[in-house]
Amino acid sequence: MTGKDFYEEIVIAGFGGQGIMLAGKLLAQTAMRAGKEVTYMPSYGAEVRGGTANCMVVIADREIACPVVSKPDSLIVMNKASLNKFGPRLKNGGLLIMNSSLIDSKPELDDSIEVVAVPADELAVELGSHKSANMVAIGAYLQKREYLTPEDAAQALPETIARRYHKMLGVNIEALRKGGEFVRSCCGV
Amino acid sequence: MCGNEALAEAAIIAGCDAYFGYPITPQNEVPAYMARRMPQEGRVFVQSESELAAISMVFGASATGKRAMTSSSSPGISLMQEGISYLAGAELPAVVVNVMRGGPGLGNIAPSQADYFQATRGGGHGDYRTIVFGPSSVQELVDCMILAFDLADQYLMPVMVLADGILGQMMEPVVLEKKTSRELPAKDWALTGAKDRDQNIVRSLWLKEGALEAHNNKLQARYEQIQRDEVLCEQYEVDDAEIVVVAYGIAARIVRGAVTRARAEGIKVGWIRPITLWPFPTEEINKAADEFRIFLNVEMSSGQMVEDVKLAVAGKTPVAFHGRPGGGVPTVDEILDKIRQLTLRAKIPV
Repeated sequence: MTGKDFYEEIVIAGFGGQGIMLAGKLLAQTAMRAGKEVTYMPSYGAEVRGGTANCMVVIADREIACPVVSKPDSLIVMNKASLNKFGPRLKNGGLLIMNSSLIDSKPELDDSIEVVAVPADELAVELGSHKSANMVAIGAYLQKREYLTPEDAAQALPETIARRYHKMLGVNIEALRKGGEFVRSCCGV
Repeated sequence: MCGNEALAEAAIIAGCDAYFGYPITPQNEVPAYMARRMPQEGRVFVQSESELAAISMVFGASATGKRAMTSSSSPGISLMQEGISYLAGAELPAVVVNVMRGGPGLGNIAPSQADYFQATRGGGHGDYRTIVFGPSSVQELVDCMILAFDLADQYLMPVMVLADGILGQMMEPVVLEKKTSRELPAKDWALTGAKDRDQNIVRSLWLKEGALEAHNNKLQARYEQIQRDEVLCEQYEVDDAEIVVVAYGIAARIVRGAVTRARAEGIKVGWIRPITLWPFPTEEINKAADEFRIFLNVEMSSGQMVEDVKLAVAGKTPVAFHGRPGGGVPTVDEILDKIRQLTLRAKIPV
């Protein structure tokens, strides 16, 4: 999935405190390290823990036109409200990664959309860090999309998170891998 | 890096000696970054008590020959207009960054381009101009900042960099380096203590009969030179275009997305993107209007730059407008639809 036509528009959404912005920054940083064109656009302003948060990442092998994503190719949602808000905007033929730990119902979307339900919170708790659900989701997404790997993201992680959190690097790298493994085992990728 | 941090680091690379500012969303990363970085470089950072104080501090620092800047967002820039007019009158260099948000009034914190009139028409009183940049990527924001400090020193006037909430907040890869290096005049007018030389006076008050008119004529001559020498704009596939879209800043990025898709559909469309909003690329647009083409102006406002586009087109061909005010951001689909509609009109010259 690379070449001149490669142009991937991604929306990541959830509630404040789930590490939505960090997940987007990690994706952007990983792609930049791989020599790709990239833009990252956060929602900004009155973001607080418990409120809604989303960010938009565009990754391409050519110059990126618009950093604002109205119809994503891929959508990563960490809670129900985000699925309701962004689900209808997904492109036909797109990819939905949803956190099935917090989303119980099956989304009503076009049949052409591939849905990967990842119990991100449960998998993160198994690793001993419920805060790493965002990393599980990114790992699953990269494993599914294949233009970059969870290992690429693991390498970009130290330069993405603040130094004072570097003691958390290990568990977050494990979470990235766990997301990848989950997709490999459940979806036969 | 996000745009706000990148523009701050660019100012440091450009040799900014002093930053004065008062916080306001969506540009708070600028003072936050400067608060950390300027002391590291042994330079000055002051969080002022108000925007009025910030611009007056810029005036004071600039009068001593130092490179000074401030940044704010729309309502804050309104408060600074008196100081900007005084800087223009006193022929003092300064860089003022406006990361625009929705207005009027306190408005909201969403991205906007509604301060085009204020920036390009000189929001303060008097017959003055400011050079205004309207960059459309984080890299261009960096390059414009570095150039802005040089132009301010060369032409002895305030230079504005007009960004918006998206550009300030978004992250893109950037190369931080000083590419331009102009030969700049010595600052022999600066107030550095009149030891072993005659007294220097920095002022904007000219009471003697005819003095202010002469002063204004001098400023106008300078503005004319800037209009000749400093226009920057980008053109894309205008030659065979039946429709030319004009947009600046982040709106131009969205336009680029729409134009790329329209071209894929076989629609002959190109764009002209002003990088300097003043001086405006009047000649470039006028020349493109020699052929029958429909111009489409896209802005995140109710229509401000469109007046400059119409002046440049000078009635030769039609000018259509699509805008979203109050913090609304047009989508690629929206602009693409507009382009498709205009292709129908383009077939029937009026």
